[in-house]
Amino acid sequence: MSVNYIRAITERYRRLGHQPYRWFEADSEPPWRALDKPLKKIRLGLLTTAGAYALGQVAFHYKDDSSIREIPSDVAEQNLRFSHITENFLVDPKRDPNCIFPVGTLRKLAREGFVGELADEFFSCMGGIYSQRRVREETAPALLEAFKAQRVDAALLVPM
Amino acid sequence: MCMASALDIIQAGKPPRATFVDYPLGHTAGKPFDPDDQLAIIREGLIALETMRTAGRIHRLPNRWSADEAWKQQAGATTGADTRRPRDETPQFQTETDRAAAIAAGTLVQEIRAKS
Repeated sequence: MSVNYIRAITERYRRLGHQPYRWFEADSEPPWRALDKPLKKIRLGLLTTAGAYALGQVAFHYKDDSSIREIPSDVAEQNLRFSHITENFLVDPKRDPNCIFPVGTLRKLAREGFVGELADEFFSCMGGIYSQRRVREETAPALLEAFKAQRVDAALLVPM
Repeated sequence: MCMASALDIIQAGKPPRATFVDYPLGHTAGKPFDPDDQLAIIREGLIALETMRTAGRIHRLPNRWSADEAWKQQAGATTGADTRRPRDETPQFQTETDRAAAIAAGTLVQEIRAKS
């Protein structure tokens, strides 16, 4: 049995006297677009919502930070950092970023030809945004434009 | 392709394609320092990207976090403290060195101006 996070977190916050947590629920069926070339030919993008940033970039803040970071796909793993409102889930990613931002894993798969190539820039945001409107109007459109600018055929989205 | 390790949350979000690995949050792309596990998960996600044909399906991976499932008791607990950090608009650098690096790179200029 998988963990029922929605029930657990809703109940935990209710007992602590917090306002009811408003979970996102899609109100329509998902769109579909078939992949029109084999994996060996695709240019692949990557997004994590774990608040990854590279050394030299500004860390995320914890109050509905809707910004994104562009991180070169050839970034050195030891130069990756994380800031996210649920820092407790970042213990292992801070030791090995591939747990949640698989840059090294994807570089291996590109080297062995499993995927065609990687985008020059990968992306990161801080997924603990409590305004669905800001995600819809700020973060999501910025990411869409960023992925388009990278001319990716597909992307891996890795939420935390 | 949306990788996921919170099944109920991803079901509510309804991405076109998803892959679920039943690991504690923070490990959607594999166990730390376990390149074989990390490669297996990402490879499976990419294969699913190529082979899935129907919107809304969730491809479940067989990987197990540990022999027992004790971690799920704490993860799914309905009692306990709020583990989130205070909501604050100050950049939360992982270390002070990172803050210095951002200032040196010129990316933290705005904050310095705001304070002066």
